[in-house]
Amino acid sequence: MARRQKRSWGATLTIVPFWVLVLGAYVGTMVWTVLISLTSSKMLPNTQFVGLAQYTRLFATERWNIAVHNIAIFGVLMMILCLVIGFLLAAMVDSKIRAEDTVRTIILYPQAISFIVTGLVWQWMMNPTVGIEKAMHDFGWMGFSFDWLVTPDKAIYALVLAGVWQGSGLIMALMLAGLRGIDQEIWKAARVDGIPTWRVYVSIALPMMRPTIVTAVVLMSLSVIKAYDLVVALTSGGPGLSTDVPAKFIMDFFFNRSNIGLATAACTVMLIFVLVVFTPWFYFEYFREKNGSR
Amino acid sequence: MSKIATDLGRDAIIAHREAASGQISVSVRDLVIRYGAQTVLDRMSLDIGRGEFLVLLGPSGCGKSTLLNAIAGLLDITDGEIWISGKNVTWDEPKDRGIGMVFQSYALYPRMSVEDNMGFGLKISGLPKAEVKARVAKAAQVLQIEALLKRKPAELSGGQRQRVAIGRALVRNVDVFLFDEPLSNLDAKLRAELRVEIKRLHQDLGNTMIYVTHDQIEAMTLADRIAIMKGGIIQQLAPPHEVYNKPCNLFVAGFIGSPGMNFLKGRLAIAGDTVAFDIGDLRIPLHAYERSGGPLVDGAEAVLGVRPEHISLGDAASGDDGGRRFRTPGRVEMVEPTGADTMLWSKLGAQSVTIRVSADVAYHLGDTITLALDLNRASLFDAKSGERL
Repeated sequence: MARRQKRSWGATLTIVPFWVLVLGAYVGTMVWTVLISLTSSKMLPNTQFVGLAQYTRLFATERWNIAVHNIAIFGVLMMILCLVIGFLLAAMVDSKIRAEDTVRTIILYPQAISFIVTGLVWQWMMNPTVGIEKAMHDFGWMGFSFDWLVTPDKAIYALVLAGVWQGSGLIMALMLAGLRGIDQEIWKAARVDGIPTWRVYVSIALPMMRPTIVTAVVLMSLSVIKAYDLVVALTSGGPGLSTDVPAKFIMDFFFNRSNIGLATAACTVMLIFVLVVFTPWFYFEYFREKNGSR
Repeated sequence: MSKIATDLGRDAIIAHREAASGQISVSVRDLVIRYGAQTVLDRMSLDIGRGEFLVLLGPSGCGKSTLLNAIAGLLDITDGEIWISGKNVTWDEPKDRGIGMVFQSYALYPRMSVEDNMGFGLKISGLPKAEVKARVAKAAQVLQIEALLKRKPAELSGGQRQRVAIGRALVRNVDVFLFDEPLSNLDAKLRAELRVEIKRLHQDLGNTMIYVTHDQIEAMTLADRIAIMKGGIIQQLAPPHEVYNKPCNLFVAGFIGSPGMNFLKGRLAIAGDTVAFDIGDLRIPLHAYERSGGPLVDGAEAVLGVRPEHISLGDAASGDDGGRRFRTPGRVEMVEPTGADTMLWSKLGAQSVTIRVSADVAYHLGDTITLALDLNRASLFDAKSGERL
C-alpha cells in the first residue's frame, strides 16, 4: 500500500492559478455558452429560457446546413489529401535524397505562414483576372481556365487546395518523424525477406506509425473545425454561400446579425460533434497504448 | 578480347581455388568498402567453407558488421566480389543471395503476428499458402515456438522474439545464415540459453553460419573458426583453441581471454643457441618455448604473454620438468575470488601478474608463493610490431 504523498503548500499554490484559468476560461465559458443557447438571447444575453427552440431554428436555417455540408467536404478532402501527400513527401525525404534539409524546409515553409496570408496569396493566384489564368493567357494559352474561386460549385475545392498546400508540410514533418522512428534493422530484414519497398511502407511502416497518424488526424481535424481565417481571406464564404463554414456562420451571427442565441446553439452543436467523434477515439487509442499492445 | 581473356583466367583461378579448398560456401574477394574518404574494409579476402560456423569477432568499429552487411547485400561495396554457393552475387539483391539474417534488435514487424512475421516474405515471393504454412509450422517446431504463432511481438520475451527472428531466417530454406550480434540485447542467462540453441541448430541443420559478435565467450563456444578483426583487417583466422593458445599478435592475445593475458615487458638475451628473456634482474630461459617464426635479435625489446591459468603455484624444489616451467618466488598482493576460481595478484620482477588458482585453497595477503610459468604455453611477441615470435 503506497502512502498518499503529502503535497507541499508551495506546489498547491502554484497550481491554483492554472486551475482557476482552466475552470474559468475553458469550462466556465463552455457552460455559459451552452446555457445561453437555451435562451432567447438576441443582441445581449438574457435569461429567458426557451428550451431547444434555438436548435430547432438552427437546423431549419438553410445557411447553417450549407455550412455543415461545406465543412464536411472540406474536412474529408483536406484530411485525405494532407495524409496522402504528407506521407508521400515524408517517404520521399526519408529515402535519403540529396539536400534533404533544404527540401524539408521548403515543404514546411507554408506552415510558418498565417492562414490569412495563405488565403490572400491563393486568392491572387486563383483570381482569373490577375492570377494563373491571366498568366497562361498572356503566354498565349487562351484555352486555359482556372476559375474555381469564382465558380460556386468549385470554390470549396479552391479552399481545399490552399488548405492542403499549407497543411501537408506539417503532416510530412510528423510522418517523417514517425518513419525515422522505425528501426533501420526492420528495413534491412524486409530487404532480406525480399519485400518490395512500397510494400514495406504499406504493410509494415504505416501500421507502425499508427500513433503518428492519429496525432496527424487530430491536429488536422482541429484546424478543419476552426477553419475561419482561410475562408475569410480566400473567399469570404462566397461566391454566395458556396464556401460558408460553421465558424464563419457563428462569427456572423454573433457580431453582424446580433443573434447570440442562435450563434451559441451553433457553437454547442460543434462542441457536441467534437466530443462525440473524438472522445471515443482518444479513449480507445490511449487505452490501447496503456495496455502496451504497440 | 582482353576482358574475356582475363575473365577466363579468373574463372580458372576460381575453379582451382574451389578444388583446392573443398566446398566453399561464401567467398569474399578483395572487398573494399569506403565511405567518402574513410576506408572501412581494404581488400579483404575470406573463404568460408560449406557448413562452417565462422565468428567475426572484434571491438566495435572494427568493420565486422560492415563485412556481414556486405555479404548480405545490404550496403554498396566499393570494389571486390562476393560469391555465395559458387555464384557471383556481388550485384544481387539480398533476397536473391540465398541468405537468411538475424539482427540484434530482432527487427520483427511489430504489427504482425509471429506467424505472419515468419511467413510474410514467403507470401510476397508468391509461394502457395499451404507451403508457407507448412514451412512456418516446421520452423516453429524446430524452435519450439508453436504456442506463440498467433501472438504479436510485443507479447513475447526477448528470447522468444529472437527465436521468431531466427525462424524468419529458417523458413527461407537458405544455405547461409547471417547473425548480427543476435544475443547482445538479451540478459546473461537467456544469452547462454540461446547460444546453446544456436549451436544445436547449426549441428542439426549443417548450414553455413556467419556470426558477428563482440562477446568472446560466444565466439569461443560457437565457432569452428574465429576471425578476429581490428581496424578493418582480419588479425587472425583460426579455430578457437588456436586463437586462444597461439595468438598471432599482441592485439589478439589481449582481446581473447578473461581475465586477460599477463604481458611481461623485457628484452631478449641470446647467447649461442640459448634464448632467454630478461625482466629486470630475472632471466627466464626460453628453450621450452615453441617459436613460430620471426627472427630473434639479441637485446630486442619483447613481450612475454602468459595466461593466468598457465602460471601455477608450487614449491621451488618440486620436480624437474626439463625447464618447461620457470619458477620464481613471489608474494600474494591481492585475492579475488570469482567462485569457481580465485585470482591472485602478485609481482614478477616489478610487473604485476594475475594467477588463476583453484578456489579450494585459501590464500591470504602477504603469503609467500612460488610462481611457476608454463613457458611451453606462453607467447612471445615483438614489442614493436606486436607480432608473435
